Amino acid sequence: MATTNELVVRHKVGLHARPAAVFVKAASGFASQITVENLTKGKAPVNAKSILGVLSAAVQMKDQIRITATGSDEAAAVATLSDLITTNFGED
Amino acid sequence: MSNSTPVQVIRGIGASPGIVTGPVFRYEVRKIVVERRQIEDGPAELARLEAALEQARHEVHALFEQAKQDVGDAEAAVFEAHEMFLSDPDLLLLVHTAIQEQHTDAAYAWQTGTGEYADQLRSIGDEYLAARAADIEDVAQRVLRILQGIGETRAKLLEPVVIVAPDLAPSDTMLFDKAKVLAFCTELGGPTSHVAILSKALGIPAITGLGEAVSQLRSGMHVIVDGNMGEILVNPDQQTLNRYQQQADRQAQSYQEARAAAHQPAVTLDGTRVEVVANIGSPENAKEALEYGAEGVGLLRTEFLFMEREAAPSEEEQLAVYQAILTTMGTRPVVTRTLDIGGDKPAPYIKVPEEMNPFLGVRGIRLTLQHSEVGQSQLRALLRAGVGHTLKIMFPMVATSEEVQAIRQQIQLAQETLTAQGLPFAQNCEIGIMVEVPSAAIMADALAGQVDFFSIGTNDLTQYTLAIDRTNAGVASMADALHPAVLRLIRMVIEAAHAQGKWVGVCGELAGDVLAVPVLLGLGLDEFSASHRLVPLIKQAIRRYSVAESRQIATMALSLPNAAQVRQYLRGVAHS
Repeated sequence: MATTNELVVRHKVGLHARPAAVFVKAASGFASQITVENLTKGKAPVNAKSILGVLSAAVQMKDQIRITATGSDEAAAVATLSDLITTNFGED
Repeated sequence: MSNSTPVQVIRGIGASPGIVTGPVFRYEVRKIVVERRQIEDGPAELARLEAALEQARHEVHALFEQAKQDVGDAEAAVFEAHEMFLSDPDLLLLVHTAIQEQHTDAAYAWQTGTGEYADQLRSIGDEYLAARAADIEDVAQRVLRILQGIGETRAKLLEPVVIVAPDLAPSDTMLFDKAKVLAFCTELGGPTSHVAILSKALGIPAITGLGEAVSQLRSGMHVIVDGNMGEILVNPDQQTLNRYQQQADRQAQSYQEARAAAHQPAVTLDGTRVEVVANIGSPENAKEALEYGAEGVGLLRTEFLFMEREAAPSEEEQLAVYQAILTTMGTRPVVTRTLDIGGDKPAPYIKVPEEMNPFLGVRGIRLTLQHSEVGQSQLRALLRAGVGHTLKIMFPMVATSEEVQAIRQQIQLAQETLTAQGLPFAQNCEIGIMVEVPSAAIMADALAGQVDFFSIGTNDLTQYTLAIDRTNAGVASMADALHPAVLRLIRMVIEAAHAQGKWVGVCGELAGDVLAVPVLLGLGLDEFSASHRLVPLIKQAIRRYSVAESRQIATMALSLPNAAQVRQYLRGVAHS
C-alpha cells in the first residue's frame, strides 16, 4: 500500500531554490519510493529524490501537491515531507 | 612626448585602475558537442562515467568552497546546485539506461540526458527554471570535458597574463589563479559589471566594453593595459614600454607611501580636516576598509543581500548582516544605501515590467516605494541594527521633494511598527539622499531642508546630465564626471547644503579619482567615499593642497568648456 497526503505550498518561491534542495535532501533519507505531483498544474508525478524532477514539476506558491510514498518507511516519509511544507521549510 | 611611431590603441572603459604590461591570454569557452559512438563493454563505460562524475563533484565542491571565501554564500549557492545535479538519481538512471541498453557511449548519453532536462526546464517559461537549465548545461560541459580528458583552464596560466575575454561570468573568474592575472579585459560589460567590482576588490586593473576590437588581440601578443585611462596599447615599442614602466613604478612607489600614511587623518595644507571613507558591498569589505585607513563607510551597497536569490531576505537575516558590519566599524559613521535595483537587473521576487529604458524607469527609491514590504523590512532591520552605532540611512535615485516626503513617511511607519513590537531601534539616525538625478541637484536648496545630508552619486549624475548610457561601449568613454556641467551641479549641491548647515559627500567614482581631489576640495566637499584600495591615495592627495589654492583650481576648472580640457588642466596642476 501507499501513504499519501495533499497540501498547498505556501513558500514564496514554491518548490524552487532552497526549499527544493531541502525537500529533495529530506526525501533522499528514506528507503521508500516517493513521488510529488503538482495537482494545480496537472503534471505527472515526479521522483521526490530527484532535484531535476522536483524542479520540472514547477511548483509555485499556492500550488496544491500530492506526496505519495511506498515502502517500509512510507508513513514517516510522508509525515516528514508534509511537515516541511506546512512549517514553510522552517522559515516561519 | 617624442615622435616615436604611433602604437595601436584600443579604447574601452577603465573599470579598475593601474598599469601593467604582459602577454595576452585569450579566454574563450568553446562548447563541447559529441557524436554518438557504439560501445561494446557497458560496465566499463559505466565505470568511466562514474569516475568522471566523481571528478566533477570534486571540482564543483572546490569551486563552492572557494566561492564562499571569495564572493560570499549567495553567489556560492550556484555551485551547490551543480553538486546536486551531478548526483541526481533520475538523470543518472536515464544515462545508465542509454549506456547499458542502447550501448551508447558515456559522453553522448550524458549530453543527451542533461540536454533533455535543460530543454524541459526551459520550456516551462519561468525565469528561475531557465537559469537552472543554464546551470545544467554548465555542469554537463564540465563532465564532457573530463570525459574527453581536457584539463581545467586554470592549469594553462603558467605565467602572469592579461586575460582577454568576450565577457566573464562569476564561475569564469573563479577559475583563474589570481596571482597570475595581470589584468582583466572584456569585450562586453560596463564600469559596474561583475569583473569591474571583482578587479577593484582584488586591486587588479580592468578594462570593459572594448568592443569588437578585441578580436585583434591574440594569445601571446604583448600589450600595455592602462586601467586608469581604459586603454590597451598593442605591441608597444621599447620607448612606450619604458614610459609606461616608469609611470607604473612611480604609481607603485607613491602607493606604498600612501599606504604607510593611510591611518593618519587627511588634513589640507591650511589645516582643514576632510573625511575619507570607503564604499563597501559586503561584511568582508568592512574589515578591508579599516585596513586601508577608511574613517568609516560612505556607501554601503545593500544589493548583495538581495541579488541572486529567489525570495527577499528576511528582516532577521538583514539585521544580522548589518549588525556584523556596524560592529566592525564600531562608532565610525556607516552610510547605508537602501536597495538600489531596477529593470536592468531585477530580483526575481520583485516584478518589474519590461522597460524600454530601465535607467529612466522604476528603479531605486521608485521601486522600493512601490514594493513597500521590501522597503519596510529593510528599514526596520537597519533601524534595529543602528542601536549603539553611527548609522546613517541614504536613499537612491531621489528626483523630487514628494519622494523625500514619502521616504519620511516610510521611516515613520517603520519606527511605529518597531515601537508597537517593543523592539529597540536607533532614535537619531541621520537620513540623507543620493544626489544622482539632475533635478535633485538643481533643486538641492529645496531638498536640503528635508534631509540631514547629501551624497552625490557622480556615475549616474554624469550619465543623466550628459545623456550618456555608461554601459553602452559606443558612448561610455564620454561619460566623464569631470565635465564642467557635472562639476557645476556639484557646486550647486554643496552651496545649497552648506547654506542650511548640511554636509555633502561624493560616493561615485569621481571621489576615487586623484585628479579630481583639488576641485572637490575647492568646492567645499566634506566627505570623499571611494573603493577601499583608493582611500590611501585620496588622503595623500588631500594633504598636498590648501583649501585656498583649491578654490582657485575649482573656479578655473568650472570655467573650462569640456571634460578633456578639465582633465588636461588638472594633470598640469597635479604635476606642478
